[in-house]
Amino acid sequence: MAAIDSMRPQAAKLRWGELDEDDGGDLDFLLPPRVVEGPDENGIKKTIEYRFDDDGNKVKVTTTTRVRKLGKARVSKKARERRNWAKFGDALQEDLGSRLTMVSTEEILLERPRAPGTKEEPTISDGLGGVQPGAVLMVCRTCGKKGDHWTSKCPYKDLAQPTETFVDRPSTADGPSAAPSAGKSTSYVPPSLRGGAERTGTEMSRRRNDENSVRVTNLSEDTREPDLLELFRTFGPVSRVYVAIDQKTGMSRGFGFVNFVHREDAERAINKLNGYGYDNLILRVEWATPRPN
Amino acid sequence: MRPILMKGHERPLTFLKYNREGDLLFSCAKDHTPTVWFADDGQRLGTYRGHNGAVWCCDVSRDSTRLITGSADQTVKLWDVQTGTQLYSFNFNSPARSVDFSIGDKLVVITTDPFMGNPSTIQVKSIAPHPSDLLTIKGPQGRINRAVWGPLNKTIISAGEDSVIRIWDSETGELLKESDKESGHQKTISSLCMSADKSHFLTGSGDKSAKLWDSRSLTLLKTYVMDRPVNACAISPLLDHVVIGGGQEAVNVTMTDRRAGKFEAKFYHKILQEEIGGVKGHFGPINALAFNPDGRSFSSGGEDGNVRLHHFDPEYFSIRM
Repeated sequence: MAAIDSMRPQAAKLRWGELDEDDGGDLDFLLPPRVVEGPDENGIKKTIEYRFDDDGNKVKVTTTTRVRKLGKARVSKKARERRNWAKFGDALQEDLGSRLTMVSTEEILLERPRAPGTKEEPTISDGLGGVQPGAVLMVCRTCGKKGDHWTSKCPYKDLAQPTETFVDRPSTADGPSAAPSAGKSTSYVPPSLRGGAERTGTEMSRRRNDENSVRVTNLSEDTREPDLLELFRTFGPVSRVYVAIDQKTGMSRGFGFVNFVHREDAERAINKLNGYGYDNLILRVEWATPRPN
Repeated sequence: MRPILMKGHERPLTFLKYNREGDLLFSCAKDHTPTVWFADDGQRLGTYRGHNGAVWCCDVSRDSTRLITGSADQTVKLWDVQTGTQLYSFNFNSPARSVDFSIGDKLVVITTDPFMGNPSTIQVKSIAPHPSDLLTIKGPQGRINRAVWGPLNKTIISAGEDSVIRIWDSETGELLKESDKESGHQKTISSLCMSADKSHFLTGSGDKSAKLWDSRSLTLLKTYVMDRPVNACAISPLLDHVVIGGGQEAVNVTMTDRRAGKFEAKFYHKILQEEIGGVKGHFGPINALAFNPDGRSFSSGGEDGNVRLHHFDPEYFSIRM
């Protein structure tokens, strides 16, 4: 028994009541030692350190790095000595957490110029090329690229988003779609309606969509765009949803519009949802414009 | 390849330089602090604090002990590479633009911008045994963007905004040669890079082309055409490749989403003048390019403040045209 007792590590049981407030910094011996799990066959190295954070909690910090051999370098003796130089200047304050130097997550290729006439290489159909098996599948909603980054980290954040958005814009029949040029020239004119704005492009895409416009009536008071979107998206991609809202009360005025990308989806939606019970009311779903042929 | 991104600078990069052994990379930017990195993994070694203005150019001595930097704060400073201490400062009346060590690292050629009535100058100073003035050349109109030593320190080659390349005698300051106006560049020459043996050099210009010249006779050897103004150029020390990086026409600035990482460094075959390919990734115009002296990696610095270090894939070395 005695032998085993003496082999126990130094961290004897401390009576925390006897500890001074200021002793926070000296408690490092309470922390387990740093563990480095060396590079395994994938080159993943894990460093597990323990430290106390500002509130005195014991914190376990696991740093996972991938060690990759880039290639053999014939290094001169001077270069090897320089490797051991001390850091100076602004590099003195650097700690392990600083992410100044990072290996790119993207594989960048020296892209050969395509001779005219040659076809582009077909992209991997499932879009998962390059993702390691077992890695978390990161899907970005903006650019649709899987396995690379999450939506909030998308480098294409501000570019035109794909058609599945709920933008609060009136479709055709209702709303202030009439040109505000009638009368007041001093009131605000949105850029899309100003003179010289690029009309034809937006009109063409909007017109096609407006032929797929579905009017939904007898909506309950608290129905909003997201609800309609959720209800209708099962039939196909939706380009726009709109719910008419009474500005004074904030309640829905009981009707709204859903624009589908494809006419067939709109048709199916009408057939299925007309008469559908939704939030204590029976929906009426029909074509928005008089039946387009 | 998986480029290593080094985000140490907060302002656009202006210049990149490898030391002779290729294990250190020096970067200059408009943020007043030249930085030195390890060239194999991109870890930062240190920064040189002391300048008060954008640092335009730098050069490192052959033994990697001395660094010289030229800055818009009208000084050229000599630093100890290892510790970051400033050893000496040359003062001028106008921003210093380009610096270059001579072979033997005893002399340095510095150019200063035209500023407040002073014309642009090319100055030769000696570093060892003690700093002193040797030569001042005045003459070219407009800013001289780059001046380098010719082969064997006999000549100084300068190029600048007036789109003319000039070769000067380094002892007397006499103008020896000028590039031909018709076949030469038509717009400002933004960058100049000597080959490893100094027998030929590459110039990049705002006229969307880069040209290869012979150092002794100043004959035009090759022309490489890009679709954008050229800001930086470099010659590979290993293969017959050149790389040019550029910016963007001012007209197109509002139409491009700069976050898309579309700015690329273009590789051309040095002799065939054909495009080999492009390496994308920068979020802004590329301002600096440098090849590692072993030719197996290169780095690019952009307007976005990032330095990207690329180690070539094995396929690069077997490219056939």
